[in-house]
Amino acid sequence: MSKTTLTTQQALGSGVIIEAVHSMTGAESIAPDHMGRACVPAQGYVPQTAAQVDPALMHQVQTLLFRQAAMLDAKCWADWMALFTDDGVYWMPSNPDQTDWASQPSIFAEDPLLMEVRMGRLQHPNAWSQAANWSTNHIVGNVMIEHIEKDALEVYSRFHMMELRRDNVRHFAGSYRHSLVRVGSDWKIKLQRVDMSNAQGAYDYVIQAWV
Amino acid sequence: MTALDLDHLVQPDRVHRSVYTDQALFDLEMENMFEKTWVYCGHESQVKAVGDYHTLHIGRQPMVMVRDRDQSIRVLYNRCPHRGVQLCGTHSGNTGSGFVCPYHAWSFHLNGQVRAIPLAKGYDGTRMKLDDPQASMVPAARVDSYRGFVFASLSPEGPSLQEFLGEAKVAFDDMCDRSPVGEVEVVPVCHRVVQHSNWKFFMENQLDALHPSVTHQSTGVSARRIEERVKKNQGSAPLYFHYLSTFASSFDQWDSVQTVNFPYGHGILKAYMGLRPTDPDTVEYEGLLKKAYGEEKAEEYLSRSIHHVLIYPYLSVQSPLQQLRCLRPIAPDKTLSEIWHFRLKGAPEAIYRRALWYFNLVNSPATMINADDLENWTRGQWGLQSKGGEWVSFHRNMGGDTETNGVAYSNNGTSEVVMRNQFKAWQAYIRPAVQPAVSVA
Repeated sequence: MSKTTLTTQQALGSGVIIEAVHSMTGAESIAPDHMGRACVPAQGYVPQTAAQVDPALMHQVQTLLFRQAAMLDAKCWADWMALFTDDGVYWMPSNPDQTDWASQPSIFAEDPLLMEVRMGRLQHPNAWSQAANWSTNHIVGNVMIEHIEKDALEVYSRFHMMELRRDNVRHFAGSYRHSLVRVGSDWKIKLQRVDMSNAQGAYDYVIQAWV
Repeated sequence: MTALDLDHLVQPDRVHRSVYTDQALFDLEMENMFEKTWVYCGHESQVKAVGDYHTLHIGRQPMVMVRDRDQSIRVLYNRCPHRGVQLCGTHSGNTGSGFVCPYHAWSFHLNGQVRAIPLAKGYDGTRMKLDDPQASMVPAARVDSYRGFVFASLSPEGPSLQEFLGEAKVAFDDMCDRSPVGEVEVVPVCHRVVQHSNWKFFMENQLDALHPSVTHQSTGVSARRIEERVKKNQGSAPLYFHYLSTFASSFDQWDSVQTVNFPYGHGILKAYMGLRPTDPDTVEYEGLLKKAYGEEKAEEYLSRSIHHVLIYPYLSVQSPLQQLRCLRPIAPDKTLSEIWHFRLKGAPEAIYRRALWYFNLVNSPATMINADDLENWTRGQWGLQSKGGEWVSFHRNMGGDTETNGVAYSNNGTSEVVMRNQFKAWQAYIRPAVQPAVSVA
């Protein structure tokens, strides 16, 4: 270090003003035009809205969605499965951009038979992981009917699920997309698509039941 | 710890509980096993284009695997030499023609060599020189690959990758040979699951043939019930029911399955699922293999008796279904597993769907199988933290195995030779750290 007689008072008496100019720092070498992320396609799904929704229909749909969540929280597995059509599918993709439940890796991809396997496991006395306290609580909201046909509906909603297992709390959240079909006077679930925001996060333990 | 202590902790028929719970022993494992031996980084198809990268941990070290401009794959410490900031901030992506530090814009070529430092004149007359290796990202001491699977070692010394893998390299041969062009490609979805137990629980469990019909009874029984009903109603049931229902087999059946236990702690649990149905898809696929390799070779590849292969201390490869699980230990009681599956290049879509179903049903984060494994290992970890006993027993069938040329073949599938063999390797890794070689003057 060179020695001078400079005092702090003198040093503070002068300086430069930094201006915001178009300067190259070297960090631009990844995206010299500063526009890298703008090129990344949007992720996820923004719902459409149906032109006109009969309040009675909306009420019916909301009741179905709220009840399916309540059945999961109440562990009424058979009742919950009965909400699905015989060819119904419960699907949780690995990524929101996936379009096909059968050809791409999923967190869940279950038809009624596989749902029955899962229910059978949960109800078996030697499902060891079920020894610990375990409960869930769903909130379902932001319900929008996206598309209406005479006997078919597309419905978008969002969910938040808190889970207690042993002494630990976890949160899972995301969107539901339900394809509903009319069966008699009821609507049944042909496809329940569950896009979980934390689908690709690290899982602290696994998920035991449908979300 | 002295060598005497080590012999006390790890005995041929039992080990002390502290090898699963003790932080100091965990640190010794990280330093002398994971941060010395060959560790799996990823598959070359994860970094296809120049600048593609994938981040991972080797022991406690944050690393990045990247495709260089000359097409080679580099494995570098994910650390800027200036102030230590990690250069890649996510699991995977493309870093362009080089790395740029987000803190002060030091930049590096894809081989880790420093490219530019801002206001470089500021270093004139200092110890920091551009041509000093300390100005560049540090590469792993050794990088090598086998059939597209990339490994790195942070130690310049030790066996070559092929020596380390030994006969357990069949994990990768078996996977690739099942493709008519001899190659696999990663499916770019990695599930990550954290277990609250020591990494050794996973490695021991993988070849533990006594546990499936107990741990997985609930899932096995439930799947078998539905499988039988579907068979009765439709004549046959989809193969994937079988993936789950085989867990509900009897102890006697599991005892008849053999394990093969190699040097370095590697091992194989031989096949028990019988994955060669005679449906049109399988016939077409087997035809493709015969065309590619000839009748005899194709038959050899298709009839290899493997359920899965362990590369100790961190990898489980289920080659016939193209699944791979890699452990990244975090703490004595915390382990991350990274779960991948692969597509057989040139094989029909229907054959890929079998791997996909296995990935979905057994290896997804909603797995009905590992739900009970993880529960048991957590309880195991807690049990071993207690003073209710000091030892973990590996006595089963001790002395009842057949050893030939350093390979131990179990004569009972449930023989705990698996754990005995793994701890033999464990001891060999740890011993030099506690008993430095005496120099002979």
